[in-house]
Amino acid sequence: MTGSNGGIPRWVDVGLIPLINILMAFFVSGLIILLIGEDPIEAVGILLYGAFGTDYGIGYTLYYTTNFIFTGLAVAVAFHAGLFNIGGEGQAYIGGLGVGLVLLSLDSSLPLILLVPISILASALFGAAWAYIPAYLQAYRGSHIVITTIMFNFIASALMVYLLVNVLIQPGQMSPQSREFADTSWLPFMHEVFAWFGMSITRSPLNLSIFWALICCALVWAFIWRTRWGYEIRTVGFNETAAVYAGINPKKIVILAMCVSGGLAGFVGLNEILGVHHRLLLNFQLGYGFAGIAVALMGRNHPIGIILASLLFGTLYQGGAELSFDMPKVTREMVEVVQGLVILFSGALALMIKPTVERIYVVVAAIAAGRRSTVEG
Amino acid sequence: MIAIELRGINKSFGPVHANKDVALNIDKGTIHGIIGENGAGKSTLMSILYGFYEADSGDVLINGEVTRIRSSHEAIAAGIGMVHQHFMLVDPFSVVENVMLGAEGGALLDKGIDKTREELERLKREYGLEVPVDSLAGDLPVGLQQRVEILKALYRGAQILILDEPTGVLTPQETDQLFRILKALKDQGVTVILITHKLQEIMAVTDGVSVMRGGEMVAHRKTSETSKEELAELMVGRKVLLKVDKEAAQPQEAALKVEGLSVIGADGVARLDNVSLSVRRGEIVGVAGVSGNGQSELLAALSGIVAPSKGKIALNGTTITREKPLDASEFRDLGVAHVPEDRHRMGLVTAFTADESAILGYHRDEAYNGAILMKRNAIVEDCAQKMADFDVRPPNPKLKSANFSGGNQQKIVLAREMAQKPNVLLVGQPTRGVDIGAIEYIHKNLVAMRDAGAAVLLVSVELEEIMSLSDRILVMFEGRIVGEVDAKDANERMLGLMMANANPETDPNGKAQAAGDMQEGAEL
Repeated sequence: MTGSNGGIPRWVDVGLIPLINILMAFFVSGLIILLIGEDPIEAVGILLYGAFGTDYGIGYTLYYTTNFIFTGLAVAVAFHAGLFNIGGEGQAYIGGLGVGLVLLSLDSSLPLILLVPISILASALFGAAWAYIPAYLQAYRGSHIVITTIMFNFIASALMVYLLVNVLIQPGQMSPQSREFADTSWLPFMHEVFAWFGMSITRSPLNLSIFWALICCALVWAFIWRTRWGYEIRTVGFNETAAVYAGINPKKIVILAMCVSGGLAGFVGLNEILGVHHRLLLNFQLGYGFAGIAVALMGRNHPIGIILASLLFGTLYQGGAELSFDMPKVTREMVEVVQGLVILFSGALALMIKPTVERIYVVVAAIAAGRRSTVEG
Repeated sequence: MIAIELRGINKSFGPVHANKDVALNIDKGTIHGIIGENGAGKSTLMSILYGFYEADSGDVLINGEVTRIRSSHEAIAAGIGMVHQHFMLVDPFSVVENVMLGAEGGALLDKGIDKTREELERLKREYGLEVPVDSLAGDLPVGLQQRVEILKALYRGAQILILDEPTGVLTPQETDQLFRILKALKDQGVTVILITHKLQEIMAVTDGVSVMRGGEMVAHRKTSETSKEELAELMVGRKVLLKVDKEAAQPQEAALKVEGLSVIGADGVARLDNVSLSVRRGEIVGVAGVSGNGQSELLAALSGIVAPSKGKIALNGTTITREKPLDASEFRDLGVAHVPEDRHRMGLVTAFTADESAILGYHRDEAYNGAILMKRNAIVEDCAQKMADFDVRPPNPKLKSANFSGGNQQKIVLAREMAQKPNVLLVGQPTRGVDIGAIEYIHKNLVAMRDAGAAVLLVSVELEEIMSLSDRILVMFEGRIVGEVDAKDANERMLGLMMANANPETDPNGKAQAAGDMQEGAEL
């Protein structure tokens, strides 16, 4: 069964091509590692061992994965409406602020079971509010969302610095961060959860947020493909003229899609603030928002793809950190180069090899068909 | 001497054969018109001549020599210039800068600017092409912008000038000025090709005319030896009428009333100009006209896609005005169904599966929705039912909309709109790009809708379709309704003339006056 995608089957489009892209990125990375005088094969080994070789490594990998899932979903939802939300950074930051404010005011007066849903709501609302302004400007004032969302990243950053330096700082402290929340309000770490069942794993920042990330994947899937709002979002994304014909107001859809997107990005704050740091601090969101763009691109804006792409990026983050530790020549910056190459090949150049793969597939399929017919004949 | 000769030009886009064995001879120093309806292949032919497309087969001869034109650079080198329907000017650049764009003559601009000024001065002397050379292009009125386009072509040494629908954006006065310029160019030995669907312009300015229809060149005439009537017939074609079986209409009360409806574009030009009409239950009213004369805007205004600028629409006890506009879904709630002219751009979402496209516009209905989730099974079953009713092939609700043939896509749209049992059914180009079998089926269903008591407004550029389906026929020209005839009394020639606003019964001066008034109105 061939799909409509230029006559190539779906598995080539969503499986083979991304795989080739990643392999190309790794090949170029390997060349660079060779160039600086290290063994690329050994480097890959260290990277994979660092990410998956220990329960500690796995914990870190999945902790990073959690953040990437949130920001990847955020970019994907906006993308289904034809919008390019590159403000995930700022929305995540402000989402974290929401969680922080809830915890700073309620941490010792409410039980965890209530604090968690309130924090989820707060991070979503704050992230959504931060996305609402660029969405409004796009829908009703024609300001391009790429420009406004990226500007709002800077504004979010400035706002957080102001708040943490002047307002929320713990009195008597030099570093710009809030007081620590009461330990009854912390979202349990996975090693604690395992301990409840009598199992022991090494400490890592991985916490219950990862389950919320997976739930969000299911919710986003249902929202986009199984509700009328998702239907309207996809209609606007595919064909705005048809949307207007159908009585859908594209302006409202822009706002809806961006608010959902911002809310999802805001959940990074849940993982970081409620799950890991237990206090409000600076730059906990750094890099996740932008990486979310690559995650969504690689994951073809589908939750399953986003989970896989997030896992890849989580692996690179964690394995890369180990790599720079074990191979001093491979610095932290070198690892970022590798990540950059993956983004470059599977994001920006995602379609570069598609025509070639299509041609090769057609030739291979023809040869295979020819061989079959000779056998039959 | 022959300036341009085309021999056996063929060009296909996928299954569409846009140019079939086209042959054409144009003498040097003449104005030659090419007419035909939208989609007749005029623009494709000119794009081949200007190097946007390469012909699949056939030869282009410029001044008697076979010339390969693979890009606009090569076209310019061969002395061909083109003035596009939509201008290609850089608005914040001055006229001089626009003219020299692409021929700057060096890294520093001052020499080029001086040279361009001199050259513009010469062109002005020779052809009487006056333009304020230092004004910004964006500040000029459209007539002058077009003149800059002509200057650009001449500056590059064009001896053959192609103008694509040049008068579409001009006022009657600007059109007259353009024609004076074209005649001056002709006197200087420039060959002019004028592409248009307006018969009056052909008669007014050309020496020869070629008629295209369905991708073929169907006739060549000397303008002095032909008439508007003959050209109208040639352009529209006289194919066998598709016989539609129908009883006489039993019209009841009016379901749709429109009074003084105008839609004014962002540029201040009235796309729809003071239109009044009514459609009664149980009748089909056909709107005839050459494509682009306001029919699309009429459908858009009557279905809530575009808000009226003036006038009112009365529907089912509700009045829609500029102050109280309704959107498309509110129009649907009032019982208006709309089969749009362009099913790819509007009627369905090609990336959706068929069942998703089959609920477009009705996707909020309770039948398809639970509290939160949509009822997938209901949607699929509903689509399967529509597919069975309308014989859509293949009857697979999960197939992507883009993968159905044009006729089957149209059936999906029709099935969706008719299933609502609307009071008013708006239908645009229902059989465009649809095979013969499906045409018959679609026509039969439209008549059935009428007999079931719907008020049907049918817009089509196919005269035979209008004539065989309608009970009354309205003719649109430049956004206005210029005539109404009972379908029994209509014939193609008469409609063709009305479509070109060449009806001997209407005063041609009256038309110019009306257009002038309209422009003043827009400026106020």
